[in-house]
Amino acid sequence: MAHFDLSQKYEFSANAKRWSLIMIVVGVIAVAFGLFTGHAERTFANLLLNSYYLTGVCAAGLFFVAIQSVANAGWATSLIRIPMAFGSVLPYAAVILIVIVVGGLFTHNLYHHWADPELINPASPKYDKLIAGKSGFLNVPFFLIRLVAFLGLWVLFMRALRKYSLNEDQVGGMLNFNKSIKTSAIFLIVFAFSSALFAFDVIMSLEAHWFSTMFAWYNFAAMWVSGLATITLTLIMLREKGYFSWVNDSHLHDLGKFIFAFSIFWTYVWFAQFLLIYYANLPEEVVYFEKRWAPEYWPFFLLNIIVNFVAPILILMTRDAKRNFQIMKYICMVILLGHWLDYYMMIMPGTVGTERGFGIIELGTFIGFIGIFAYLMLNSLSKAPLVPKNHPYLEESLHHDI
Amino acid sequence: MSNIKYILGHFDDPDVMMHGIDNLQKNNISIYDVFTPFPIHGIEKKLGIKRSRLPIAAFCFGITGTITAFVMIYYMLVIDWPMNIGGKPAFAFPDFIPVMFELTVLFCAFGMVFTFFYVNHLFPGRAPRVMDLRASDDRFVIAIDAKDNADHSKVDSILKEAGAVEIKHNERKYLSYDEE
Repeated sequence: MAHFDLSQKYEFSANAKRWSLIMIVVGVIAVAFGLFTGHAERTFANLLLNSYYLTGVCAAGLFFVAIQSVANAGWATSLIRIPMAFGSVLPYAAVILIVIVVGGLFTHNLYHHWADPELINPASPKYDKLIAGKSGFLNVPFFLIRLVAFLGLWVLFMRALRKYSLNEDQVGGMLNFNKSIKTSAIFLIVFAFSSALFAFDVIMSLEAHWFSTMFAWYNFAAMWVSGLATITLTLIMLREKGYFSWVNDSHLHDLGKFIFAFSIFWTYVWFAQFLLIYYANLPEEVVYFEKRWAPEYWPFFLLNIIVNFVAPILILMTRDAKRNFQIMKYICMVILLGHWLDYYMMIMPGTVGTERGFGIIELGTFIGFIGIFAYLMLNSLSKAPLVPKNHPYLEESLHHDI
Repeated sequence: MSNIKYILGHFDDPDVMMHGIDNLQKNNISIYDVFTPFPIHGIEKKLGIKRSRLPIAAFCFGITGTITAFVMIYYMLVIDWPMNIGGKPAFAFPDFIPVMFELTVLFCAFGMVFTFFYVNHLFPGRAPRVMDLRASDDRFVIAIDAKDNADHSKVDSILKEAGAVEIKHNERKYLSYDEE
């Protein structure tokens, strides 16, 4: 077996830095363009989409680390610093998301289905009985408290897990390993409840009259599969630059199986939500799909299924495809674009409706957030060695063969 | 020429047996098959065994199930006896999907199990093919085709050198249950 340089560190090259900063500038210009050409609502909807996407990918990185340590899984140990770097972008993603949500609330560009005090005032002509009934939960202070509390909790868990991992590099032994298992187990319980409410709050409340209990799982599936695709894509791109030479096709195969399985899981929960509403045909529920079946959104409704279900299931079905770095690279990109469209279909019909578009604002904001993610994630990755050298499962991971 | 068809080398340790495979291959002695009580990692690659084609069979069974379900429901609900269910058109495709999914899984699972049993001669009416009973108990057995490797004493000595605890020269390929 070849000998690997396990003390290798990622060097954040000037070129990568320059490109990610250019992407951020493109994003800022696009947002400014949107705000100053009278598309404030559309710009805010896009900012919400991308910051929610970014938070989801970072949380998925943390979730990946937690799952691996709770399951006592060894195979991913040699690449675990990538999802860990995703996790360390979480505080920034959380701040960006909170700023956008607060901005959207107070400019009335987002959440106007419930955030207007007139809606819950019985004397007002705009009084809405349904929203008034939900106001015990859906009111601005409690909404913001929940948002900050959930994101803050996740950040605390991320800090702890990262601290244990870096400490393990210094001192070795089993202490940090055991502590991370315990912390991860608690995090997974916290995350199971908080991620559900997080999805209800940030996205489902955009259309506050409608509700679906499946929505939390649907969002979790989207978050998790896009996070897995980002982990794989980052890994493949870094490997092309000469890092992570110890990662072989067996590691890729496992990541591919994850992506394949959770693409199907996404479809499963998407369909579970859709079919029950379609079949029962209750007016208060079908209103959600009524909007998405209107000619404005119908093609994208279908495209969403094709890109996020048909493409991964057919392309990733064979073992050879999952072990091929090129195929995996492209299918990850397809899935990442697909889940952008998925979030687009969640957010746009309820906020901007027929004022939606695909243009400078959509493209520029997306590029800007890729830039933010790439800059912060690579910066964090360059701070620590690429391999947790004292991790008890490192040898198992280096010899991974399936 | 002797009537010996297969030479079986018995080992009582998987690592010793793997070493025996290496020695045989170094001496250009072709190995017919290896029988072990439990799966040994990396042995397929070492013996050059091709990957199972069971997944292909599974895909074919699965797709058969999907089509069967679609045709069945289409005939029932659209052609033979259209009903008004919740005011929807007779051909309400989303309603078909759960049944299509279930029959895909059903056909796929049964098809795979029966294919596997058939190929391995475990089907009712087919005699199981066993070269040595202890291979499912406590022995790791390397089987060598005696016709392809004419120099039997050389095979024996390599096996013995590698640490075989027992060497059998069998005149029949599979054991008969009557004799045991």
